Amino acid sequence: MSKINNAIFELHEVDEMAQKNTVINQIHPLIKVVITLIYIGIVVSYDKYDLFGLLPLFLYPLIVFHLADIKIIKSLKKLRMVLPIVCLVGIINPFLDHTYMISIGNIAITGGMISMLTLMIKGAYTLMASFLLIATTGIEKICYALRLLKIPTFIITQLLLSYRYLTVLMNEANTVFEAYTLRAPRQNGVVYKMWGSLIGQLLFRTIDRAENIYDSMILRGFNGEYLLTDRKKATSIDYIYLGLWLFILIALRSVNIVEIAFILLA
Amino acid sequence: MNKTIIECNDISFSYEEGTRILNNIFLEANENQTIGIIGANGAGKSTLLRILVGLELNIQGKVRINQIEVNKKNLPAIRSEVGYLFQNSDNQLFTQSVYQEIAFGLIHNGLDEKSIYEKVISSLEIVGIAHLKDKKIYKMSGGEKKMVSIASILAMSPKILLLDEPTIALDPKNRRTVINILNRQNHVKLIASHDLDMILDTCESVILMSEGRIICQGPTEEILHNKELLEANGLELPLRYQG
Repeated sequence: MSKINNAIFELHEVDEMAQKNTVINQIHPLIKVVITLIYIGIVVSYDKYDLFGLLPLFLYPLIVFHLADIKIIKSLKKLRMVLPIVCLVGIINPFLDHTYMISIGNIAITGGMISMLTLMIKGAYTLMASFLLIATTGIEKICYALRLLKIPTFIITQLLLSYRYLTVLMNEANTVFEAYTLRAPRQNGVVYKMWGSLIGQLLFRTIDRAENIYDSMILRGFNGEYLLTDRKKATSIDYIYLGLWLFILIALRSVNIVEIAFILLA
Repeated sequence: MNKTIIECNDISFSYEEGTRILNNIFLEANENQTIGIIGANGAGKSTLLRILVGLELNIQGKVRINQIEVNKKNLPAIRSEVGYLFQNSDNQLFTQSVYQEIAFGLIHNGLDEKSIYEKVISSLEIVGIAHLKDKKIYKMSGGEKKMVSIASILAMSPKILLLDEPTIALDPKNRRTVINILNRQNHVKLIASHDLDMILDTCESVILMSEGRIICQGPTEEILHNKELLEANGLELPLRYQG
């Protein structure tokens, strides 16, 4: 399977995860969006040196992964392209911040090292929470939830169609790449001189297909607002789920469990 | 007397200055009539269908669908009357599951969830794929996708069906299924196709097009038996009439 085909397959796999029937999948999309936003807000609110305070927040993705029946390793594999970029964010901190913090043996740990780790962990948590939201809800229901949050229609439609366009782009890229490799069997990858025309071709092809898809939508009554079939209301179970997570997340933010554990152990 | 449902009065169309895609097209389709539109590649068949459904508006001449003139203002009314089947199902289907795809048009036309469900199921039953209701579109074969495309337009209860190459790239069994489905529909149907055997099985009259013009129009049997006429316009006799 080509790399592009593999990426298409993985994207479909995420869509299929969202169709599962687990406890988390059943929760109202608005509740899941709100919890994810609160979680991300709490994650980013930690001080750049508060590494230990941040660690217990791993509880949220851990529990959701488990309840949604999603394999953590497999999901991290799906995030392999983005995770390193997220981790790169703080990589220069050790060179900029030499404030002495603590020593482990003979090694002096600086503020830059800790803030680098904190940033990396914050990025990874944020990414995992976003992935879990998409994998347990699906893009259409997320858009529905955003609509309930009064996000303007044009932004939501843009988001939804961009997500759909991604599949179209990857399918067309796969076709163009396969057509190229079949006629250039001795080439390893695409010759750099060909990149311009291939990307141009790809652009024209995807615009053409996107136009056809748009035609298909307007012919069936689409007028700028993408409506959904599954527009259920939040139930008491949804609110209990929200309440539980609010309690846990606020508790984790208020109490530094790792510090308390260290004190107790000491 | 049968009511005229589709009326094209001296239609001409070009995408750019100087290259006309359609020239002086006159066409009428009456209630319950099925008309085949045949012609070589680039004859203007698909463009004509796109004009009828209002996807191309920059035309000369007048088009009326069920007495409503096709123009920007009337598009919602026109599109509630017409179901348009794309040549390539991949260009028509854009949601994840069969149910979502068929429900898309219904929800955007303001139906409640119960009616949407009933209409989706009924259109799936018409095309014989009720068992595929929850299947993912990207996991479907070309034939299944074609059935979903047909179901998605039938669900909208249109009066008119415009079908662009409905049997293209289908295996014989799926092709036959599509023909049977089309024959069971009492809509006004315009079918653009190179599949002349299918046209013989579905249409009572035929329009032969070449280079954007209507060359002739008449009973299907008569035109599709005319070897010279077909060959002069880049076509061949239907397989069943060939030696």
